[in-house]
Amino acid sequence: MTVTVFVPGDSGARAVGADDVTDAIAAQASARGSDVAIVRNGSRGMYWLEPLVEVETPEGRVAYGPVTVADVAGLLDAGLLGGEPHPLGHGLVSRIDWLERQQRVTFARVGVVDPASPESFEAHGGMAGLRAALAMSPLDVVAAVTDSGLRGRGGAGFPTGIKWRTVADARSSVKFVCCNADEGDSGTFADRMLMEGDPFTLIEGMTIAAYAVGSSEGYVYIRSEYPDAVASMRRAIAAARERGWLGSDILGSGLSFDLDVRVGAGAYICGEETAMLDSLEGKRGMVRPKPPLPALAGLFGRPTVINNVLSLATVPMVLSQGSQAYQALGVGRSRGTQVFQLAGNVARGGIVETAFGLTLAELVDDFGGGTRSGRPVRAVQVGGPLGAYLPADALAVHLDYEELAAHGAMLGHGGVVVFDDSVDMGQQARFAMEFCAEESCGKCTPCRVGAVRGVEVIDRILVGPPEERAGQVALLEDLCELMTDGSLCAMGGLTPNPVRSVLRHFPQDLGIEPALEPVRAGDAR
Amino acid sequence: MPTEWSIEAGARVIADHAGVRGPLLPVLHALQHEFGYVDAAAIPLVAKRLNVSRADVHGVLTFYSDLRTAPSGARSIAVCRGEACQAVGGHALADHAQERLGVRFGETTADGSTTLDQVFCLGLCALSPAVTVDGRARGRVDEATFDALVAADATVSPSADRGVGA
Ligand SMILES: Cc1cc2nc3c(=O)[nH]c(=O)nc-3n(C[C@H](O)[C@H](O)[C@H](O)COP(=O)(O)O)c2cc1C
Ligand code: SF4
Ligand code: FES
Repeated sequence: MTVTVFVPGDSGARAVGADDVTDAIAAQASARGSDVAIVRNGSRGMYWLEPLVEVETPEGRVAYGPVTVADVAGLLDAGLLGGEPHPLGHGLVSRIDWLERQQRVTFARVGVVDPASPESFEAHGGMAGLRAALAMSPLDVVAAVTDSGLRGRGGAGFPTGIKWRTVADARSSVKFVCCNADEGDSGTFADRMLMEGDPFTLIEGMTIAAYAVGSSEGYVYIRSEYPDAVASMRRAIAAARERGWLGSDILGSGLSFDLDVRVGAGAYICGEETAMLDSLEGKRGMVRPKPPLPALAGLFGRPTVINNVLSLATVPMVLSQGSQAYQALGVGRSRGTQVFQLAGNVARGGIVETAFGLTLAELVDDFGGGTRSGRPVRAVQVGGPLGAYLPADALAVHLDYEELAAHGAMLGHGGVVVFDDSVDMGQQARFAMEFCAEESCGKCTPCRVGAVRGVEVIDRILVGPPEERAGQVALLEDLCELMTDGSLCAMGGLTPNPVRSVLRHFPQDLGIEPALEPVRAGDAR
Repeated sequence: MPTEWSIEAGARVIADHAGVRGPLLPVLHALQHEFGYVDAAAIPLVAKRLNVSRADVHGVLTFYSDLRTAPSGARSIAVCRGEACQAVGGHALADHAQERLGVRFGETTADGSTTLDQVFCLGLCALSPAVTVDGRARGRVDEATFDALVAADATVSPSADRGVGA
């Protein structure tokens, strides 16, 4: 009997040896006369256990990890192919506490299905969302997405259904659906994992968007740092065309929609939606002033839906399970689930998808298990390079849009990067300015020049004469204000976020006295 | 291995990709893919074929940090400088990499063997610090594993084209 063994083909798993483990299992199993079929699945997002090998048994899939090539012989001796116990064993994957405590909606199939196989996707509920959508009118689909409360997961948190409505109402013979897969925020990797682990779901979500707004062409703009995601999407698009899931008369409905992948070229600003449009048009990725809204005049001047990978990949679940089911999850105006990406100096990093309402402490301590180094947590950066650093005594904050905003922080794309007490926050503030100087598109002065000045001023604070420090700090605060108020886009506009958070919470790292009023637990303001 | 640049080969690559919508960036990508960099002599060819100005071509070429105007070393190494990597020794690894290879980021070693670059996030932030060697990602890299990667003959990477996308 053939035993199915899963070894992730996710680029994270590959970066720690999953290909070699695959080869070793194939070679050694065959040398023992065992018949195995190896599936390269996506990752479950438990990166501290990668490469995580799973074996299909009558009871379910049994997990082992982290597996190295040197472990393979011993694992086979112990009865890996029968799901037998071993020191690296974790029992049934579905029973692993870290996963059991999550609510995987957007990531329901990642790590489960074979991303190369449309059959595997369909067998796990794929295409149910599109089928449901095609049975409704396009405007009812827009309404369902609006009712679900789904907000854009790319960073700005704009309600997805409202954006779609604008495009649906626009009159044009040509409209586009563009997926923003630039995922430039350091500390984030969920878009990559989804495209590598469950690419058909993204295609399905984009097709639903196309139906809802009346578009027949779309693009997925993927950053060049993700070659595996590019290959995975291209392979899935080709397979989808073959099955009639893309092209003309999709599922016999009369709907026509096709997709193309475009690859970025190493520019963070191309994640900003209008810069992405310029890049998709083959030009320099320069930010466009708004108005016009891309929803009305976007790609090649046509009405365009632009959504993040996670937003689009959530849509099929909203349609197949109903907007009420999604809307029932979450808190306040943060509905549904959030895919957190736990990274940096953390013992158990990876994907944590739960309904909104989790606190930062639950995420970092309970899921993350504290720091990887074993030292105390000192700072957590939430929301990517433009996000604030929160101090260890502010971890009680709930990770939803509104509460984070009240703490001067933002959710962004859901990246959470943990630092221990060896971090030099002065350097982190400097890096925020350095990154902005490096990645600014150059269109407006507050950002282009301000960030360069910011680096200089922070350098003077850090190494200049102490008696000049107070003056330089005042200068830095002015500069932050200028960038916030005078920048055309959020690159220059939000770079002050991490800098100000260091001034507020870690002033001693800039050689200045802590503020007089102490920071109360749970109040990072 | 990249093809040796020539006007004829360049013109062929340009023609192959000129038909796509918004062709300038895809054409430059294709040239770099084929020849390892975009030769200065390609600029007027691209401009003519796509009916844009040389300044437009130059503008795109210099905007994107991936696009090179000179050949890189035989091997390319990129070190992640993003925050998640910084949190687990990324600053030290960045310094170490430059010291070990005797070049700064963006430079090629004197013997032409290795180009060292910095990159801001590889999406391996739960496996940090991360680097790539000839486009192949590596996670949990410390100074010792970095040295081992440098010492290894990176032209022999049997499983370079595998995984989900293969
Ligand atoms: C500097 C900058 C970088 C951005 N990078 C990304 C990105 O990498 N991916 C993304 O989806 N959105 C990014 N955004 C947000 C987009 O502009 C846009 O809001 C988003 O793609 C809309 O999709 P959503 O509504 O589904 O979130 C960025 C914004 C700014 C200002
Ligand atoms: S804020 Fe910066 S990145 Fe944004 S438009 Fe201005 S210069 Fe460009
Ligand atoms: S920050 Fe280094 S891989 Fe993401």
